[in-house]
Amino acid sequence: MTKPNFDALNVGDAIPSFTTEPVSRLTLALYATGSGDHHPLHLDQDYVRSKGIPDVFAHGMLGMAYLGRLLTQWVPQAAIRSFGVRFTAITQVGERLVCTGKVVEKLEQAGEKCVRLELTCANEQGEAKHKADAVVALT
Amino acid sequence: MLIDKKHIGMKVPPHSVTPTAWQLKWFAKATGESNPIYFDEAAAAEAGLPGVLVPPTFFFCMDMDKDHPFDYLETMGCDLGKMLHGEQSFVYHKPVHSGEKLDFDGVITDIYDKKNGALQFVVKDVKVLRQGELVCDVHSVMVIRA
Repeated sequence: MTKPNFDALNVGDAIPSFTTEPVSRLTLALYATGSGDHHPLHLDQDYVRSKGIPDVFAHGMLGMAYLGRLLTQWVPQAAIRSFGVRFTAITQVGERLVCTGKVVEKLEQAGEKCVRLELTCANEQGEAKHKADAVVALT
Repeated sequence: MLIDKKHIGMKVPPHSVTPTAWQLKWFAKATGESNPIYFDEAAAAEAGLPGVLVPPTFFFCMDMDKDHPFDYLETMGCDLGKMLHGEQSFVYHKPVHSGEKLDFDGVITDIYDKKNGALQFVVKDVKVLRQGELVCDVHSVMVIRA
């Protein structure tokens, strides 16, 4: 994988985006196995109904994992210096997640040429589920 | 009930995790990962890696990989049924692969509230070490609703 060229990037440039398949109950079961998070809120319809919640919903960290994939499709993982997310809304079963990112700053950090990216994971109606930022080294 | 701020500075019981290629394969499948260095040991070896590559957010999963992942909130008397994940961030220092034993060494770094205590925030910072070398910082903010 070749890294994007620092000098050729401008603030406002988008990185390649993707839209996930609809988040299904199978997705949540697979994520439970992969992550080790078997909380019944994400898996057990009987449990969530007993709590007055209509349906199971996605693990917040599933969305962050999708945004991680957005980053590692763009640069080798070793280039990622930091990556943070705020969880703003719950992802419901059946929603597709649109993962996008853009350059918001070019900076030098610890002697490295870096870009700061703003990343968003939203549903197809544009409701943001997660807002994230990442610093990626391009030297 | 407000969480006692005396817990700021409290050490989280440490634990160790060795990520396995088996679990990472399922994580890759769940997250739609198609790059085989994240799930195929042979492809990782061909790429010169000592094991499959641990993806960026998997450090959170490993931090939670213990019998009582929210033991520190239980110590503070929090109702885990009222907990939400507010923020999550990572600082990366070294790549990590399946088969490498990692030590998780955490501390509570802040406790604060908003909306007159309707929302309380517990901040945990964990250093992830491989044979004593810092590989990742994991920063988590959990929210407790009144």
